[in-house]
Amino acid sequence: MTRYFTADHEWIAVEGDTATVGITDYAQGQLGDITFVELPAEGAVLTKGDSASVVDSVKAASDVYAPVSGTVSALNTALEDAPELVNSAPEGEGWLWKMTLSDAAQLDGLMDEAAYAAHVAEL
Amino acid sequence: MRYLPLSEHDRGEMLAAVGVPDVGALFVDVPEAARLSGPIAGLPGHASEMAVERHMARLSAQSLTAGEVPFFLGAGAYRHHVPASVDHLIQRGEFLTAYTPYQPEIAQGTLQVLFEFQTQVARLFGTDVANASLYDGSTACWEAIAMAGRITRRNRAVLSGGLHPHYVGTAQTMARFTGDRLVTALPTLGAHADEDALIAAIDGETSCVLVQYPDVLGRVPDLARVAAAAQAKGALLVAVVTEPVALGLIESPGALGADIVVGEGQSLGVGLQFGGPYLGLFGCREKYVRQMPGRLCGETVDADGQRSFVLTLSTREQHIRREKATSNICTNSGLCALAFSIHMSLLGGEGLARMARASHLRAVQTAQALTRVPGVALVNETYVNEFAVTLPRPAADVVEALAQRRVLGGVALSRLLPGASDLANVLLVATSELTTDEDIATLVATLGEVLA
Amino acid sequence: MTALNPSGWRPEMGDAACAPEGAGATFTGNRALHLEEPLLFEIGRADHCGVDFDEVAGSPLAGLALRAAPVDLPGLSEPEAVRHYTRLSRQNYAIDLGLFPLGSCTMKHNPRLDEKVARMPGFADVHPLAPEGTVQGALKVIDELAHWLVELTGMASVAMTPKAGAHGELCGLLAIRAALDARGDKREVILVPESAHGTNPATAAFAGFKVEAIPATAAGRVDTAALIARLGPNVAGVMITNPNTCGLFESDLKTIADAVHAAGGYVYCDGANFNAIVGRVRPGDLGVDAMHINLHKTFSTPHGGGGPGAGPVVLSEALAPFAPLPFVKPGTDGVLHLIEEAQGAEMAPGAFGRMCAFHGQMGMFTRALAYILSHGADGLAQASGDAVLNANYVLRRLEHVLHAPFGATGPCMHEALFSDDGFAEGFSTLDLAKGLIDEGFHPMTVYFPLVVHGAMLVEPTETESKAGLDQFIAAMESLGQRARAGDAALKSAPHFAPRRRVDETRAARKPRLIWTPTEG
Repeated sequence: MTRYFTADHEWIAVEGDTATVGITDYAQGQLGDITFVELPAEGAVLTKGDSASVVDSVKAASDVYAPVSGTVSALNTALEDAPELVNSAPEGEGWLWKMTLSDAAQLDGLMDEAAYAAHVAEL
Repeated sequence: MRYLPLSEHDRGEMLAAVGVPDVGALFVDVPEAARLSGPIAGLPGHASEMAVERHMARLSAQSLTAGEVPFFLGAGAYRHHVPASVDHLIQRGEFLTAYTPYQPEIAQGTLQVLFEFQTQVARLFGTDVANASLYDGSTACWEAIAMAGRITRRNRAVLSGGLHPHYVGTAQTMARFTGDRLVTALPTLGAHADEDALIAAIDGETSCVLVQYPDVLGRVPDLARVAAAAQAKGALLVAVVTEPVALGLIESPGALGADIVVGEGQSLGVGLQFGGPYLGLFGCREKYVRQMPGRLCGETVDADGQRSFVLTLSTREQHIRREKATSNICTNSGLCALAFSIHMSLLGGEGLARMARASHLRAVQTAQALTRVPGVALVNETYVNEFAVTLPRPAADVVEALAQRRVLGGVALSRLLPGASDLANVLLVATSELTTDEDIATLVATLGEVLA
Repeated sequence: MTALNPSGWRPEMGDAACAPEGAGATFTGNRALHLEEPLLFEIGRADHCGVDFDEVAGSPLAGLALRAAPVDLPGLSEPEAVRHYTRLSRQNYAIDLGLFPLGSCTMKHNPRLDEKVARMPGFADVHPLAPEGTVQGALKVIDELAHWLVELTGMASVAMTPKAGAHGELCGLLAIRAALDARGDKREVILVPESAHGTNPATAAFAGFKVEAIPATAAGRVDTAALIARLGPNVAGVMITNPNTCGLFESDLKTIADAVHAAGGYVYCDGANFNAIVGRVRPGDLGVDAMHINLHKTFSTPHGGGGPGAGPVVLSEALAPFAPLPFVKPGTDGVLHLIEEAQGAEMAPGAFGRMCAFHGQMGMFTRALAYILSHGADGLAQASGDAVLNANYVLRRLEHVLHAPFGATGPCMHEALFSDDGFAEGFSTLDLAKGLIDEGFHPMTVYFPLVVHGAMLVEPTETESKAGLDQFIAAMESLGQRARAGDAALKSAPHFAPRRRVDETRAARKPRLIWTPTEG
């Protein structure tokens, strides 16, 4: 399983042509208490850069963008009753959706863990 | 000037503290050409309270008020008895001059009222939840269409022929800009609301069906039947209630299957006020709550564990979502919601039932009396406190003639639907617990004269 | 001496008369005049009713299906209702209690004459669909107010029906869309300064436009060069607030308007801040095509805990033909007519339709007209002058302790903007605002406009006395110092309000929006 990151603070963990997407620990810290997560529809076709999900905190609503193109294959339904998972386990149990990739080459444009850490350090 | 506390001495001290010679210097960023050299010519100068009161009283005297004459107008605005304490309580400065409760620690008064109001509206409508009010029934009706579109991801709304034409007009204006397709119809003059035609218009692309309950002619549609038909096609049923007092007598729309219920709360607590400000009511199923427009008040606790109320789910609203907001609404109709809530608290469910019953019985008396006038026929088989009659002549002329004889006898349907010639003879007549035997007798006698 | 004040406290008594340890709690949870109040559903009963009805003879229609049981709601007798609502009212801050420095809200005093006038029966007890001939006095109120609004703004006409500011914005943008549609022009873009209030882009998006943000300059105004450079055949217009959300006059507005017009677009002005210039500057002279006026801001109609408002929209010659229905128009006979759909087709073929039922917020029109007549043209100019003076006084008296990002560029208009620059690490605008509650004031607008970090926008309005302002300034100085020093007590403020800080996360995660019987 390889994990990539985007400048917008999404992470994507890839195994074969399936990927799991979520937001990073830095992002959840910035957002504060998460109150609701709006997930994409199962089966939705996403284009890289589309707003696929919205994460609400009390005073803000943040778009989560699709890091790569593909089709949504599963949703983290646990977030319906426990949106706080995104705060407590953003890079684990607080994952948002899974998708099948349509163009694995897009992964080449993403950051690895070290590059993302450097990116965050500059913010 | 009585509303401006600064004296010349104060201004002098303040200008010195600011470091400018005069107030004009503070407007230095206004281009010279745009700065007026003196008070706007052609507009009068300031006036004493006495003078303003005199002027306004003269204007007030130039209208014939509902309380002075027999009064039978409805069609979306109703005249009921509002207990004297309501107007006193809403004028308490802590309610009247408070702002939107964005600082909950010092706004628990407003917030608790909103929570109580939401509960009252939800119970009245038979819905799981209700919001803290919208501008009025017509804009609430449009918001329901928009919401149904978001939920179903369809954009074809079917509006029943019994929906108030102003509500239809409002929706048509908005739909022009959003691209929603609206299927509309004129009201028929059958004894019942035409559910068959409505049901026939629902298809697999329909987002919602809107049914007014009771309808613009006062007929009571079979909501359960329409709900089943709508839901069979994946569409939502939106019930529209322009006279909430009627719900004291007939079943709540939510209990009959409505997914969204909207309405006009004016008849409880708010008064006629020549058309505004009024009170939009909005209720829906729990599962749709994050798609609701408008403000919502929720329960929580404070740092000491004390029960508290707070505006919540704000991320739907425009000040946060900006372009992606569920609607662009900023204000609710706060003071009107308070008036409604106080009136509803004084009534309770049983008081509302008595009020509705009295209003209905007056309608029955009026309908019976009117139909004894030659040429006057009742359209409705059933009604609550508003019904339609057909006259032998255009109703608009009759309304005018009655007014000249100091009787406000009803609303001509043609006032709301000017183009429809087959509806020209229809008069809408409304009653309430305020209607007296003398009112009915005078209406009947005067109508007899006018039609003779 | 001892006979005087026998039951009061005197200094020689020392601590003897002070409250003993642990005296904070009472049996009831009340604290003298501060009374806790349960919910209606906890005190009301189904068989209580505060309204008597006269008996009416007869029976319901046989064919009418009656509900099985009354609506499940409790009632209160009149004494219980009066107590319930009176106690609730005392848990609110209000203009009647003190300074309410909310920037862009214009929380000025609400004259009680306006309340009296609104209740005159010729305005309050008339039905919107009553025959025109019977409501001439009411129609005259609308016509007179319209005349004032048009004269004060130097515009061609006014649409009176919008129910609130945001509704007015929508009206203005729909008029622009209608004007474009009428000339077959499919422009899609509306330019909005990034400092704009959220309703601006929300409204533009609703009206079918794509919104593009224009940045601000270091001087806090919209970047004129960037805006003009962006104009072109697909730009329908610009939405600009003037004075802007930083409390500054957009000096380039006429230049911008000329450029927008030359490029075939329209200028929408958000009139929320009109109180700064009313009676002194006319937006029509600056090239504005449409501007909504918040009657509940500039013209003192009461805020009522969140509404109702009213948002009439003044329109230029170019947009006047597209104003919505219905509207009041004098006939040749001197009689006032309400032009609705029946006559609309002939008299206003360009109208884009109606925006709501009936014809406007009459209750706000009477109040606003009484306010305007009371002030007159000279009084209104005096009011805007005092509003601007008061804001500048606050600005200059506080800028030594609170950072004013635009303080050096010149005077502010009717509101003063501060930021959290200089606060101790970990201390925020929110903490200062909550501390202000304990000092007996409602907080100022916070975190708006977004272009300034930790923004605090203070609008005193003209109805504050100098003494009142001095008191507010002293409290703000104290709070500013505490925020810079990092006084920990601010983090848990307020301490003395009816409630402490509330758990907003809980309210949003598990929304409880109505009372349910399982409540404790």
